[in-house]
Amino acid sequence: MPSPSPLKKKLVLISLLAFALPARAQTGGELHFCLRGEPKTFNPILVDDDASENIRYLTGGVLIRLNRQSQALGPALATSWSVSHDRRTITFHLRKGIHFSDGTPFTSEDVAYTMRLLMDPETHSPTGDAFRSSEGAVQVQTPAADVAVITFPAPIAGLERLFDQVAILSAHSPKKEMAVLGPFYVADYKAGSYVLLHKNPNYWKHDAQGQALPYIDSVRLDIQRNRDIELLRFRRGELQLINRLEAEQFERLQHDNPAVTRNAGTGLDAEELWFNQSPAAPLPEYKKAWFSTKEFRKAISLAINRADLCRIVYAGYAKPAYGPVSPSNHFWFNASLEDPKYDPQVALNLLTQAGFRLDNDTLKDRAGNRVEFTIVTNSGNAAREKIAAMIQQDLSQVGIKVNVVTLDFPSLIERITRTFDYDACILGLVNTDLDPSGQMNVWLSSGENHQWNPSQKTPATAWEAEIDKLMREQATAATEKERKGKFDRVQQIVAEQQPFIYLINKDVLVAVSSNVVGAAPVVLNPAGFWNVDILRLGPASEFGVQK
Amino acid sequence: MRTRRRLRAVCVAVLCVIFVVGLFAGTVSPYSYSKQFRERPNAAPSSSHLLGTDSLGRDLFARLIYGTRVSLLLAPAAALLATLIAGLLGGFAGFMGGWCEKLILSAADLSMALPLLFVLLALRAVLPLDIPPILSVIATFILLGLLGWPSSLRVVWAATKNLKNSDFLLLARATGCTRWRMIARHVLPNLRPILLAQFWISIPVFVLTEATLSMLGLGVTEPLPSWGNLLRGLEDISGVSANPWRLSPLILLVLVVICFQLILPAQEETA
Repeated sequence: MPSPSPLKKKLVLISLLAFALPARAQTGGELHFCLRGEPKTFNPILVDDDASENIRYLTGGVLIRLNRQSQALGPALATSWSVSHDRRTITFHLRKGIHFSDGTPFTSEDVAYTMRLLMDPETHSPTGDAFRSSEGAVQVQTPAADVAVITFPAPIAGLERLFDQVAILSAHSPKKEMAVLGPFYVADYKAGSYVLLHKNPNYWKHDAQGQALPYIDSVRLDIQRNRDIELLRFRRGELQLINRLEAEQFERLQHDNPAVTRNAGTGLDAEELWFNQSPAAPLPEYKKAWFSTKEFRKAISLAINRADLCRIVYAGYAKPAYGPVSPSNHFWFNASLEDPKYDPQVALNLLTQAGFRLDNDTLKDRAGNRVEFTIVTNSGNAAREKIAAMIQQDLSQVGIKVNVVTLDFPSLIERITRTFDYDACILGLVNTDLDPSGQMNVWLSSGENHQWNPSQKTPATAWEAEIDKLMREQATAATEKERKGKFDRVQQIVAEQQPFIYLINKDVLVAVSSNVVGAAPVVLNPAGFWNVDILRLGPASEFGVQK
Repeated sequence: MRTRRRLRAVCVAVLCVIFVVGLFAGTVSPYSYSKQFRERPNAAPSSSHLLGTDSLGRDLFARLIYGTRVSLLLAPAAALLATLIAGLLGGFAGFMGGWCEKLILSAADLSMALPLLFVLLALRAVLPLDIPPILSVIATFILLGLLGWPSSLRVVWAATKNLKNSDFLLLARATGCTRWRMIARHVLPNLRPILLAQFWISIPVFVLTEATLSMLGLGVTEPLPSWGNLLRGLEDISGVSANPWRLSPLILLVLVVICFQLILPAQEETA
């Protein structure tokens, strides 16, 4: 019996593959969603905004990729890597036979070129800042076309993880940064209107059946700041994805069509309240004394009903926050921390122990000053204004009078970073990095983002000194386990001292049209399209016209 | 003419009722405007909450009538302040003429060229933070009054200029009438309808400006209600279609603005 010809074999294989795929899925087509702002740059090493970050994710090829679902690092352009014991040197073994989107071959020279540009002070690369552990030059050696050895002047914590943000540029391509190694390349861009990405024909990744990825031919990213319009267009079937929804929008959408809503779980971002403890603050001494008292801060934390904040402000799509690390950060979250509690009576007892007394439903300090302070937040953020109003009522139960003032953002920043003329502030902390080293500027007492008392010359308190020491030690610790132990202790101190009173962690809410096959939203950015290379588009959206 | 008078009487009656309810909000309202019924957020109207509750579970009826007090008492105060400034400066400029007139008109032009919103933003930002919400509201309306005079000034100035060149003032001057007597007996009584019209026109303008400021989160601060911050609940259009009673502040605002417009003296009456 004659064996089937190679062509027949191929046809059989394709037919089998077609049956193996989900019935509605197909390759090709255009995925359509929105960017919330204008991308400031297409140069991956200059990325400093969300829109550019999304473009970088979709177009950039990196040596190591953080799997957004498992939160583990995996090989990408590098098949393997090793970090020296002193955490200063990393050696990459690169994939062979890979080409940039314009056909230029990829070699270790491109890695060296990218690192040189990244670390050049003239480039002012925000991505490069994460690698600047100390003075001194970064050495890149390329002993072979598929080996790159990078040596830093000082140890860097979580070194390999940082390469998830480094999109490799071509040293030789005439197209400069427009030659990419990621799943898509920028084909067209109209300022203020859209960015069109086309499938990279030279993308290195293939599926288990050997089919070239990505499955989708193109991605159209409309630039749309107005979230209501974005939602309306999604409802009309003009968009297939909304990467992050507000709780109210999510609930409305869920009411209309629950199949398109996906709650990826508790996110990394937190809303927090802090008291101004800066000695330079133009506040009365008695207020400074309240704010620097641990019992006062703990009592405030205990008197805030976080469950109500989650239920009312976020329609249940948020969780009470434990501390600086969200439980979604699987590795770094300190699971031994106590649940955030709501107990006004215990709060009152703590205040009494600290010398406060309740006098006709009014809390007074030892000197007879009424406990009253003002919370500032940025105007136009309805959720924060609601949080402030709810805290106002919660604290009235322990006799504390709270005023709420909303300020435009520049005025607010002026007050919290320069004049320090405020009592307490509610703002959100955007956490894009799983690793605690990304929070150095928050936890080191000398840090500018050490909001309750920034830019200290020497730590003002013993516990801040201990945090400084632990943060520096974790940055140079030899093993991840050792680092984790030290950062667990930092979280413990923060829970005891409450310099930031963490309120809630918002859920990551995504809308995905039912014709997008393979979407699996996660809490890490980019939540809805982190696996864009394996997404497929089915027949026209089932959402269709608005109900 | 008779119909207009009747309509005006109805409008005055409506405004009086709204004013009185606002004035006695503490007695009329069953709850405090800041009390949060957290187990009942976004509740529909019921016997316990006549207009339902807002997203924090606060009684919307209580907030509406307390908001009426804030908006309807302070807007006329701001309008009075603006009209007084406009009357004094406009009258003075029109009557005196010369460099004095040029200076005042230039100042008015400069004030009109200033973007009011940004001036208010900057002024609010430099105010101390620890002032109680009611003082913050009063400060906002004083600022509105202090910044809202230039357009009225132009009208008053033009009217005074006309009066100054009128035959009866020439006659008064010829008979040896002093300047202050001319102002008190001849100019001011003739400016009265114009000043009144400017006052009535300014009230809805200030109510709407406060509403705009509150929509931007810059006017009346939580938990004190005003029509402006109540209107912020309308930002969520689909929420409104689900809870149409949230439109009540908008309906009241429209009603009050229409009433103020209708009680204004007609052009032929002021002439």
